[in-house]
Amino acid sequence: MSAILQATALGKRYGDEWALRDCSFELPAGRVAALVGPNGAGKTTLLHLAVGLLAPTSGHIELFGSPPRQDRAVLERVGFVAQDTPLYHGFKVEEMLTLGRRLNRRWDGRWAEDRLRGLGIPLGKRVGALSGGQRAQVALALALAKRPELLLLDEPVASLDPLARREFLQALMDAVAETGISVVLSSHLIADLERVCDFLVLLIASEVRLSGDIEELVAAHKVLIGPRRSTIGIPGVEAVVQASHAERQTTLLARTSEPVYDPAWTVQDVDLEELVLAYMGQPALSARPMPAGPAEANG
Amino acid sequence: MIEFHLDTRSGVAPYLQIARQVQQALRMGTLQADDQLPTVREVVGKLAINPNTVLKAYRELEREGLVAGRPGQGTFVVGTPAGPPPGAYTRLRGGLVRWLRDAHAAGLDDESIVAFVTTTLRDSAEESAA
Repeated sequence: MSAILQATALGKRYGDEWALRDCSFELPAGRVAALVGPNGAGKTTLLHLAVGLLAPTSGHIELFGSPPRQDRAVLERVGFVAQDTPLYHGFKVEEMLTLGRRLNRRWDGRWAEDRLRGLGIPLGKRVGALSGGQRAQVALALALAKRPELLLLDEPVASLDPLARREFLQALMDAVAETGISVVLSSHLIADLERVCDFLVLLIASEVRLSGDIEELVAAHKVLIGPRRSTIGIPGVEAVVQASHAERQTTLLARTSEPVYDPAWTVQDVDLEELVLAYMGQPALSARPMPAGPAEANG
Repeated sequence: MIEFHLDTRSGVAPYLQIARQVQQALRMGTLQADDQLPTVREVVGKLAINPNTVLKAYRELEREGLVAGRPGQGTFVVGTPAGPPPGAYTRLRGGLVRWLRDAHAAGLDDESIVAFVTTTLRDSAEESAA
């Protein structure tokens, strides 16, 4: 099986609220994936389902082809860093490493120590006395010392200043180059992750709106500018993501299946941020009229 | 050895930016045959980008016959890009300067000239693709 993480019609409900619904995607091995969505879109819920901290209400999630809550052994192959990099602030860095060694069967403490020394982080210092950036590096080193094949990071750079953010992503990409590990990073800002990720899972209002190889997604989407007219049946256009009409002009962000040659349209490339924002501006799938069956009124 | 830099606002895919910087360095003579390109880890550690981006750029350069991987050592320059002969730029520039004078005389400002060139380039690319 080539998918390292696979969700099929995955849903999680808290009381009456769906935190995640009908979520399907496949993450191929060897990718660095951005899990992007506004706050409250269900990113943390999805990551917690992936590592078996939560049980799905509906559907399935599989790691390396196994459901994480039934097959606990699969969790040895996964590293997870929760939001705000929780560590014991009273512990020294070296004590955190000892804890990691005792809690994990697979553990490469020497590698983690070398890594932290290389970053100039004193092992004898208490975690609480480190800077935010250093704490994030310690959490990353601990997660990598487990030698996982897949690393999941929940909003790893949200609380870091720009320099610490860059240093963190440098350390992470160095680990990817060294070990070939697959990574999922969540963020509410795509700009943070644009340079490091090659795969996108876009989560909006509890639904996966878009997923796939970033370069392919960017290449398939275009901005079309032309005289005001109907947006239906433009040759080459597969779906209109966003349309705005001025008195005489229509501007579209569309997913194309082939080049648009109609000279009435000026065709422009999009960047990833524009693309993500256009999808974020769409109404939720569950709020749109459904062709068959009753639509749920839940937003 | 050269160092890469990325312009995130340029809209050009990062792997293309890296490939173009190597091509440019070859044209300028900053890189020559047998020179080694930075390793993937060196580039990634400096720019904080996805290693696949660097690999893709190097594969593209390999496909063009400009560089080749040596197992266990790294990626090395083997060729130079087939560009126009040195005199070509001077000759083309002369024609372009005359054309620009014409365009200004016809009332086009710099912005409309750039827009005109861009659309004409695209149209001619589409014509040859169609």
